[in-house]
Amino acid sequence: MRRIVVIGAGPAGMAAASAAALHGVEVVLVDAGAKLGGQYFRQDALAPGDRFKLPSNVEHVANAAVWAIEPVDGGHRVHLRVGPADGPARRGRAVEARALVLATGAYDRALPFPGWDLPGVYTAGAAQALAKGQGVAVGDRVVVGGTGPFLLPVAASLIGVGARVVEVAEANAAVTGWLVNPVGALAGWSKSGELVRHAGTLARHRVPYRSRTAVIEAHGSECVESVTVARLDALWNPVPGSERRLEADAVTVGFGFTPQLELALAARCRVEDGFVVVDAAQGTSAPGVFAAGELTGIGGADLAASEGTVAGAAAAKFVGAAVEPPVRAMARVRSGRRFAAALNAAYPVRSGWHDWLRDDTIVCRCEEVTKRALFRAVDERDVGGVRSLKLVSGAGLGLCQGRVCGRNVAELVGVDGTGFAKRPIASPIRLAELAEEEPVETPVDAEESGRALGVEY
Amino acid sequence: MSRIETADVVVIGAGIIGAACAEALSAAGMRVLVVDRGAPAGGTTAGGEGNVLLSDKAPGPELDLAVASRRRWPELIESLRAELGDEVARVEWEPKGGLVVASDRDAMGPLSILAEAQRAVGVEAVDLTPGEARAMEPYLTEDIAGAVHYPGDAQLQPVLAATAMLAAVRARGGEVRGWTEARGLVFDGSGRVAGVRIGDETIGCGAVVNACGPWAGHFSVAAGAPIEVLPRRGMVLVTAPLPHVVGRKVYAADYVAAVASSHVDLQVSAVVESTATGTVLIGSSRQRVGFDEALQVEVLRRLARSAVKLFPVLAGVPVMRTYGGFRPYTPDHLPVIGEDPRFAGLWHASGHEGAGIGLAPATGRLLADLMCGREPEVDPARFRVDRPAVMAEVRT
Repeated sequence: MRRIVVIGAGPAGMAAASAAALHGVEVVLVDAGAKLGGQYFRQDALAPGDRFKLPSNVEHVANAAVWAIEPVDGGHRVHLRVGPADGPARRGRAVEARALVLATGAYDRALPFPGWDLPGVYTAGAAQALAKGQGVAVGDRVVVGGTGPFLLPVAASLIGVGARVVEVAEANAAVTGWLVNPVGALAGWSKSGELVRHAGTLARHRVPYRSRTAVIEAHGSECVESVTVARLDALWNPVPGSERRLEADAVTVGFGFTPQLELALAARCRVEDGFVVVDAAQGTSAPGVFAAGELTGIGGADLAASEGTVAGAAAAKFVGAAVEPPVRAMARVRSGRRFAAALNAAYPVRSGWHDWLRDDTIVCRCEEVTKRALFRAVDERDVGGVRSLKLVSGAGLGLCQGRVCGRNVAELVGVDGTGFAKRPIASPIRLAELAEEEPVETPVDAEESGRALGVEY
Repeated sequence: MSRIETADVVVIGAGIIGAACAEALSAAGMRVLVVDRGAPAGGTTAGGEGNVLLSDKAPGPELDLAVASRRRWPELIESLRAELGDEVARVEWEPKGGLVVASDRDAMGPLSILAEAQRAVGVEAVDLTPGEARAMEPYLTEDIAGAVHYPGDAQLQPVLAATAMLAAVRARGGEVRGWTEARGLVFDGSGRVAGVRIGDETIGCGAVVNACGPWAGHFSVAAGAPIEVLPRRGMVLVTAPLPHVVGRKVYAADYVAAVASSHVDLQVSAVVESTATGTVLIGSSRQRVGFDEALQVEVLRRLARSAVKLFPVLAGVPVMRTYGGFRPYTPDHLPVIGEDPRFAGLWHASGHEGAGIGLAPATGRLLADLMCGREPEVDPARFRVDRPAVMAEVRT
């Protein structure tokens, strides 16, 4: 049977599943959420129905945690637990396929600053997910900080659920600058209209939007009561004397995105500069493994969907379907990547944030590792790699397994952070669940898949 | 600090064994350079549980080395503390003792015989009834036939231990260079080791120690003096932090048989213990799969089963991560410690398999004693390089 597994049901994964299904391939689409759409199209979990409909040969496995990917002869075995994560009765499944599409997306990056571990500090993505998925505002008076166009929809979502946005602090140049003057590399970007709408929402609600500004400290005894914002120089060092105190009961921070790499690493895909390396057909270095969306570079939902279409078609071809090259999607990928590159260049994270931290600022929240303890571990024990760094400092060893702190810690001490994303157990699993035998569905036939199956576009 | 251009000894491999050798050599007054092709303490050492065990060894040369090492560890930690301060000498040393559990009468017989033999050579081993064992470890399964308590078993955190010893080497004027690959040896006219090639550079030295762990076989081939050290893979599960559930190092009696086995196939036996941070470590597996790092869920599954069998209370506990690595295996299960008979000045210290953390300080001291011409504390004869199980033919 021609069958592929797609992991992640955001824009990239849904497009990949649809494209493969249209070529007559059975698709198992696995996602952690209750409904289709992922973070970008997050749906109200409590409302009835689903706004997306996929072809009938796509099996959508919702509420599923992929906790391991195991290479087997001729393909991969994907291990799932299906059911609410905290529930007592998650069901085990193991699905084998000769081709996989990884569309696991990205999560937003929070930079540490004094007070960032106080209740009331949220990542921008969490604040948006609560607003979109549950209709809940993270606070009454919220400061939105970070960098990039994503701050605008987050601020707009907060306004939409009744919060007052005290200020939007953009650490780089103003997004609104190129919105009103659309020339240069970002001219014609498909998201511009949407961002103009969000900018309009902010203006109507008289929300101050300040560029070259960041939240450098949060204050409060039990939870956030106020924050300090400061002007930044070009390297993000706070400009002395520019500090202002703002009353707020919540802060959201979003400094770009970190791809969710653990499954790609488990499938032995090559990763460079923090992203999965793909060819023109979205093929990774691992035969039969395709990647689409933010895993391959941060580029937003439209680019992710185009990449998904290409990856789904390529995966279908890999398992033997007759597939014409999806030339239009491929062209959209090429132009989308140009905008993405320009956008990422316009919103870098500069190293000045290292100095926002004080010695006692926590850098790893799970294990409560301070900056001082981190640097002592590195200096006194002369640690040079991620594995030993984790074991010596404790950073990245806790429940989040370095998802929040890994990239920041790696940057602070100057090591390659990809090692933090090596998580062979990709999501926590109870010992009794792990002990249980899972029936393997549709084992791949090693002989059948022994044929040379190139993907030639 | 300026970079060393010549050294008395170059130690290849900055894992626990290389670190212990370098520590002992620098304590003997030698100028030591330690190189590692990766990060120091980032290979096998970072994949270990930190076992310092007497309980799993039958009387013989390895137990002799283990007894010497068990005596040495606390002394060494104390001297590192005096030299480097509390923080750097912090290695999470826990003389917690071990409990070996027999699940049925069939397992009890061999366990009692082993304990009797260990007692005869001076290892403290106390036979326990099931009730006594459960009084020590209240969460232990009721389904046991008996147990033996080994007060001498201990645990430490291997990366902390290795980096502390390397810090001492640096403090004594030596150097540790990570991300530096040794490409081969340089010999003088008489065929004696005179240096090591590192990149384009040659570091002149009087002796070289091959402490490459599971890669010691590879290095020995590159050096032109092959020894038979092979990788054997092991995996460990780590749970989320828990309130106190497991006090000692608790393992099933069949572990001893698995340690001593030569099987290529997967062997799993439960070893359960908690760490200073509250996580529970669950081992152990042994498999000879070359250097294949691919995840095998079956290995994790069997680890989970064996742990739940020993501690049923763990069933609902989440596993947060798994780690593992390759351990240096020799066909006769004994470490290789000594000078190579083919090239004067080339020394080997490897082949400790899963016991390297425990055996490290006595290994370092034995090597330093032999190199300095001192009377060794442990008989070196059984660890010598020119024994048939280890001296490999030159493979072409």
